[in-house]
Amino acid sequence: MNVHVQGCPVVANDLPKPVRRESGQREVFCGLTGIVWLHRKIQDAFFLVVGSRTCAHLIQSAAGVMIFAEPRFATAIMEEKDLAGLTDANDELDRIVVQLIARRPDIRLLFLVGSCPSEVIKLDLSRAALRLSQKFSPAVRILNYSGSGIETTFTQGEDACLASLVPAAPPTRTSEDQLLIVGSLADVVEDQFIRLFDALGMGRVQFLPPRNTAGLPEIGPNTKFLLAQPFLADTARALEDRGAVRLAAPFPLGVEGTTAWLRAAADAFGVAPALFEAVTQPYRIRAERALVRYRDLLGGRSIFLFPDSQLEIPLARFLSRELSMHLVEVGTPYLHREHLAEELRLLPDDVALSEGQDVDLQLDRCRAARPDLVVCGLGLANPLEAEGMTTKWSIELVFTPIQGYEQAADLAELFARPLVRRAKLVA
Amino acid sequence: MQLTVWTYEGPPHVGAMRVATGMDGLHYVLHAPQGDTYADLLFTMIERRDRRPPVTYTTFSARDLGGDTADLFKSAAQNAYDRFQPQAMLVGASCTGSLIQDDPGGLARALDLPIPVVAVDLPAYQRKENWGAAETFYQLVRTLAGPSAPAPGRPRPQRAAGVRPRCNLLGPTALGFRHRDDIVEITSLLAKLGIDVNVTAPMGATPADIAGLGEADFNVVLYPEIAGQTASWLQRTFGQPFTKTVPIGVSATREFVEEVARLAGVDASATLASASTRLPWYSRSVDSTYLTGKRVFIFGDATHAVAAARIASDELGFMVVGLGTYSREFGREIRDAAKRYDVEPLITDDYLEVEAKIAELQPELVLGTQMERHIAKRLGIPCAVISAPVHVQDFPARYAPQMGFEGANVIFDTWVHPLMMGLEEHLLAMFKDDFEFKDGTVPSHLGAGHSSPVADRPVQVSVSESNIAAVWAADAEKELHKIPFFVRGKARRNTERFANENGVATITIETLYDAKAHYAR
Repeated sequence: MNVHVQGCPVVANDLPKPVRRESGQREVFCGLTGIVWLHRKIQDAFFLVVGSRTCAHLIQSAAGVMIFAEPRFATAIMEEKDLAGLTDANDELDRIVVQLIARRPDIRLLFLVGSCPSEVIKLDLSRAALRLSQKFSPAVRILNYSGSGIETTFTQGEDACLASLVPAAPPTRTSEDQLLIVGSLADVVEDQFIRLFDALGMGRVQFLPPRNTAGLPEIGPNTKFLLAQPFLADTARALEDRGAVRLAAPFPLGVEGTTAWLRAAADAFGVAPALFEAVTQPYRIRAERALVRYRDLLGGRSIFLFPDSQLEIPLARFLSRELSMHLVEVGTPYLHREHLAEELRLLPDDVALSEGQDVDLQLDRCRAARPDLVVCGLGLANPLEAEGMTTKWSIELVFTPIQGYEQAADLAELFARPLVRRAKLVA
Repeated sequence: MQLTVWTYEGPPHVGAMRVATGMDGLHYVLHAPQGDTYADLLFTMIERRDRRPPVTYTTFSARDLGGDTADLFKSAAQNAYDRFQPQAMLVGASCTGSLIQDDPGGLARALDLPIPVVAVDLPAYQRKENWGAAETFYQLVRTLAGPSAPAPGRPRPQRAAGVRPRCNLLGPTALGFRHRDDIVEITSLLAKLGIDVNVTAPMGATPADIAGLGEADFNVVLYPEIAGQTASWLQRTFGQPFTKTVPIGVSATREFVEEVARLAGVDASATLASASTRLPWYSRSVDSTYLTGKRVFIFGDATHAVAAARIASDELGFMVVGLGTYSREFGREIRDAAKRYDVEPLITDDYLEVEAKIAELQPELVLGTQMERHIAKRLGIPCAVISAPVHVQDFPARYAPQMGFEGANVIFDTWVHPLMMGLEEHLLAMFKDDFEFKDGTVPSHLGAGHSSPVADRPVQVSVSESNIAAVWAADAEKELHKIPFFVRGKARRNTERFANENGVATITIETLYDAKAHYAR
C-alpha cells in the first residue's frame, strides 16, 4: 500500500511500458451496447439503431433480456428489400422515424445509430439526420453516430454518441473559464462531484452528457474539460476542435485517482492548495477507512483483466496501488496512450499490458497463470468459473457507480465479492 | 425496414449456433464482426452453460474490409480446426458477414480439411432464428447421413424378429425451452414401451451419430419448428415415418403413446394403463373450481402455444380468449387451433401488437414468452412462461419437463401458481371489507414488494373506439371499487363498453349492474 492521504504527487517512472498487441477473435461487445446505459442517462433521448435483427437481439440480450418494459431504444431492422434497392432505404428510414415519433411524443433528442450492416452498405445517416432534423425541428433534435462493431468496441459507443453531441452544444456565453466533466456518470456521483467543486469554489460545472437535452453544456475556448472515462478519444477531439482544453489527469477511480483528478481541475482553476487539502481531506480519510477491509481481503491476490470496457488500466492502477493486488495481465481493447499517460505512469514497471485480443491465446495465458480473480465479459465468465476460476463480470463495472471517494469501497467490493462467495460455498 | 422494440427471435445464425452448441464434436466458424460475439452469453449466461459455445468468429473490423477478409476467414477456420479438432465443421456468415460476400463455403473447401465441412447459407435479412436452426439441422443431416442413404425406391428393410424397435428424437437444441428435460422424459416413456432411442439430435449428438440417423425405424419429432424439415427428408430418403403429435399435456401424451406404439408395432395398453399423472385429479379437486372459465391469453412458438391452448381448455377448464404465435412459418397450425376456440389468431412478431391485444382482452392469466411476462407484469396480470424466448430463471435447476406425464404435472403447477388459490380467492371475495384483506391484495405467495395490479386502471387500447367514452359517476366509481380487484378491470371495461354501445353518457350504479347482467356468464 503506497497511497498517501496527503496526496502528494506520486513519483512514478516515465518509461514506456511494453504492450502486447493481438488481433484475432474478440470477446467484446460492440458500441451499440452503450445505448443500454446512455438511454438511462439522457432522459429525454431515444436511440434508434439502424441495423439488422442481430442488432436488435444484441441490445435486448445485453440489456438482460428486457429489464425495461418501456425502453427508450428500438431497432429499425433492415430487410431484403432495403438491401436489394427495391425500396429506398432513406424513404424507409423516414417512414420509421415518423412512426416512432408519433408513438413516442416525449422524445426530444433522437439518435440514429449506425450498425455494421448500415456502415457496410454505406447508408448515410448523417444526411438522414439532417433531413429529418429539418422536418421535426424544433420539437425533436436528430443526431447520428455509429455504434457498429466494425468500428467501435463496447464503450466506444458512448464516445461516438458524446462526440455527436458536441457540435449541437451552444457556444460559451462568458469569457470566464468553465469546467466541463465529460463521460456518463451516475447521477449520484455527479451530485457528489458538484458538491466538491462547489466547496472548492470553482463555480458552475457542466456535464456531458447532460441528464436532459435542454442541459447541453456550453463549449468554447474557455472550456477546460476533465474526462471522467478513459474511452472518450473522439469526444475529446471534437471538444478540442471547439477550442476546449483537456486537463490531463488519472481517472477518478479509487482515492488516489479521485484526488489526482480533482487536483487537475483545482490546479487549472487556481484553487489554493490549502483549500484543496482542507476540502478533500475528510473525504479521503473516510474513503481510506472504508478500503481497509478490502485490502485485507484482496491484498496479495493475483488478478487477470480481459479486455472489455477500456476501464482496465485505471482499474489495474487502483487494484495494484490501493489494494495491493498483483496484476497478472491487464488487457484493454484499445489503449489511448495520451489520455492514459498519467495512469500508465502509476502502473508497476513489470506490468503485462495487452491491447486488442485473440481470445483463445489469451485464455491459454490465463489458464497457465491461474489467477485468484479474472475480470472478463459475460461470454467467458461461466466457462471460466466451471474451470475453477473466480470471475468478475466486467460489464458491472460500467453499470455501477464506481467513481469518486464515496464509491471507492464499492468498487473494491465488486472485486471482493466473488472471492468471498467462493470461500463461503462448500457444496 | 421494420420498427422493433423487442424481438422474439434472433437472427438465423443464432439458430445455427443453437444447433452447434447442442451438439458435441462440431465447430462453427462464423464470418462476423466483433459485436456478434454477444451471442455467446445467451448460452453461457442465460442458459448457464459451463462451456463456451463451439463457435469461432472471424471478428473482422472496418480496416479489414479494404484488405483481405477472405484470408481472415481461412486462417480463422484453419486455427479453429487445429485447436478444437472437431469431427465436422459448420461454416457461414452473420448478417454483416453475408454483405461482404466472401463465400465461407468455398473458402473452407479450399482449405481441404480432413473432415466434413457443411456450409450453411442463412438469409439474415429474410429469415429468423428458428428457421436458421431448422435449416442448419437439415443441411447437417443431409451432408452427414446422406451418404448412407439407400438407393431410391428400395423398401426399408424389415426389422429382424426379437430386435427392439428404435427411433430418433429430433429437434432439441441448446437454448430451447425445457428441451433438456423433455428428452429425459420422452426417452423414459419410450423405454417403457420397449422402444430404444437410436440418436437424439441435434442436442447431445456428434456428427458420427448424425451419420447413423438412418438406422432407426422411425423418427419422433419433438419440436416441429426445428426438426420438421429434417424429418420429411429422412422419410423421403430413408423411408422413416415420423410422429405428428407433440406430447405436451395429458391427452396429447396419450395420443403420442398410441402413435408411437403404432409406428413401432408395440402394444401401448400396459403403458397407458399404468401411466400416472396428477393433472387430471388436481384439475377435478374442489380447490380448482375457481379455475373454471378463467380467461387466458396464449402466445409463443407455435408448438407450445397450440399445446397450451388445448391443455388450458380441455385439461384445466380455462377459456382461451387469445391465441397467437411469432412463428409465421406455422401460421396455418395456429389458425386451425384458433378456430377450435373461436378466437382471432394473432400471428405477429411485433411485441407492441401483442401488448395492445392483451390490454384489450384483459385476460386473467397470460401464458407466453419472456416478452409477455413483462407485458403481464406491467398490466398486473398473472403470467406463466410456456415458450422461448426465455430468461435465465426459465432454465430451472430442478427437473421440469413440459412433455410427457411428468410434464403435465409441471404445467399444472407452473400455470396455477401465479393465480390465487381457490380458497384464497373465495375468502377475498367474501371478506373484502375486512381490514386484513386490503384493496389491491396480490396473491399471498407473491408477498410484499410485488407490484400491485394496475389492471383496474382504464386502459388506452386503440383509437378504434369511435364512441365518446362514458364518464363514471362518483357513486358508480365507488361501487366499482367494491368489486374484487382481480375482476375489477374486466368489470370496468365491460361497463364502459356496455355504456358506449348503449349510448349511456354517465355511468351510474344502475349502468354497472345492467352491464353485469348483460355480460353475466
